[in-house]
Amino acid sequence: MNEILAFIQNSPMTLYMLVMAIYLGFELISKVPTVLHTPLMSGANAISGVVIIGAILLVRQSASDDYLSLGLGFLGIILGMINVVGGHAVTNRMLEMFKKK
Amino acid sequence: MEALINSLYLISVVLLIVGLRRLSSPATARSGNLVAAGGMGIAILASLITPLEQGDNNYLIILIALVIGTLIGLVMSNRVAMTAMPELVSLFNGLGGACAVAISMIELYQYQSVFAGQEEGVVNLGKHATTQLAMLIGGIAFTGSLIAYGKLAGKIKDWRFSYTGFLNIGLLLIIIGFIAYRLFLPDASFVLPAIILLLALGYGVTFVMPIGGADMPVVISLLNAFTGVAAALAGIIYDNQLMLIGGILVGSSGTILTVLMCNAMNRSLLNVIIGGFGGSVASGRDEGERVVKEASSNDVAIMLRYSSTVVVVPGYGMAVAQAQKVCKELDNLLSVNGVNVYYAIHPVAGRMPGHMNVLLAEADVPYPKLLDLDDANELLKETDVTLVVGANDVVNPAALDDPSSPIYGMPILEILKSKNVIVLKRSMSAGYSGIENPLFFHEKTKMLFGDAKGSIQSLVDEVKQMG
Repeated sequence: MNEILAFIQNSPMTLYMLVMAIYLGFELISKVPTVLHTPLMSGANAISGVVIIGAILLVRQSASDDYLSLGLGFLGIILGMINVVGGHAVTNRMLEMFKKK
Repeated sequence: MEALINSLYLISVVLLIVGLRRLSSPATARSGNLVAAGGMGIAILASLITPLEQGDNNYLIILIALVIGTLIGLVMSNRVAMTAMPELVSLFNGLGGACAVAISMIELYQYQSVFAGQEEGVVNLGKHATTQLAMLIGGIAFTGSLIAYGKLAGKIKDWRFSYTGFLNIGLLLIIIGFIAYRLFLPDASFVLPAIILLLALGYGVTFVMPIGGADMPVVISLLNAFTGVAAALAGIIYDNQLMLIGGILVGSSGTILTVLMCNAMNRSLLNVIIGGFGGSVASGRDEGERVVKEASSNDVAIMLRYSSTVVVVPGYGMAVAQAQKVCKELDNLLSVNGVNVYYAIHPVAGRMPGHMNVLLAEADVPYPKLLDLDDANELLKETDVTLVVGANDVVNPAALDDPSSPIYGMPILEILKSKNVIVLKRSMSAGYSGIENPLFFHEKTKMLFGDAKGSIQSLVDEVKQMG
């Protein structure tokens, strides 16, 4: 409990950011036409690949002989990158079909 | 240096937000995707040059991983067929979840040396809780997405028994209990975190397994939101605002999209989460005598040719048969002959919302011909012929008048308001959700059996012969 209170006391900006990001996400989606639901879901999915930043920081922070961290981090970067690159590429392919007209 | 890094992160946050915004409007969607991708690229660059207090950087390993991931991602996204798009999105989402699992496992493992007393200091309770939650949510998103992928690809069948709902709630409570225990009484052994991970992965499986195919779009959207939340939690662990904001954006937009989809099916989100619904539950009503009327392609072609308004209702069957192009050809032929052709798109037609729109856009069907649920139901009153191409549950009239039906109350395309209904179908089997459809036995309905593409092709030929 004290931890929570301390967090609220010490990180007001993080809390504001959280609340505004949540609100922004709601606002962005609530006006979307059905046509775009699939591409949007796919694009949002690609954005959720930001978790790759964590994997990169993890590998950079690791000692070069810490094989467990390096191994899992290596795997994490590959998986995250597939999510990011594949997600954006597949979204682009979907949207290209709308472009032709 | 610090200022440069912060500016880069700030720019990429703005690009992600602008990208998402542009993605939500048809005219700007394509550039929106590129803007978001640019934001992601800048963020990765920033993470590579952020000054760190410890570690050996290991750039070679990172570079190799980035290249491998990029290549795999590009190849997979280029090879996939349009019909398989939804399962690919699900698969990608699962990989993002797996990434979150990998990094939170390492973080948790590094806390071990503190718990074991090998290292000075204490692990902040909030950070420990965040890490465990990131692992849990990432794990659920990982296996859940893989199961959803398997189901959509037809590799995994529904599996259920009477108490799946209780099993899932129980499992979730056990996991949360273990996490709380671990939080307050950590020890040097890594057995409990490993058990929590296995249970989380297991929960992903048991969570998605019993959910019927018709609910898969909702589940994928929800799991997408999960991955976003896992990324945001990881952002708290690494004190990285970009991960936090990006993850939360996906989390909240994915949640609202999930809710919109649930509303479209008249289901509560809780109902979907607990599971054990929407599967192969047969309607309890006894239909009495049921007669199916079969039509020949010649009959149907004549009906279509001399109608003034025709509404096509596409469903997953159209995607499977790849019938969208030949359907557009039929549309062109009829339009030349003065028939108004429209397409009625149910919000959950196909395996993902908007799936049908993407498919028809591929066949160059212009936007104004695509009607949403409300507009379509309005037009159906004045429609001469409704042509159902591979759709089933979204036109099931049991949703309107049969309280014992599992989809009772779901808004549907009320195609029985139109004068005639032609259903293109391969056989008399039930829809993807396994629910019987009384539409097929209705007096207004005629069935045209066969593969959707072949059936429409024969309609095209017949109409052509009429000149």
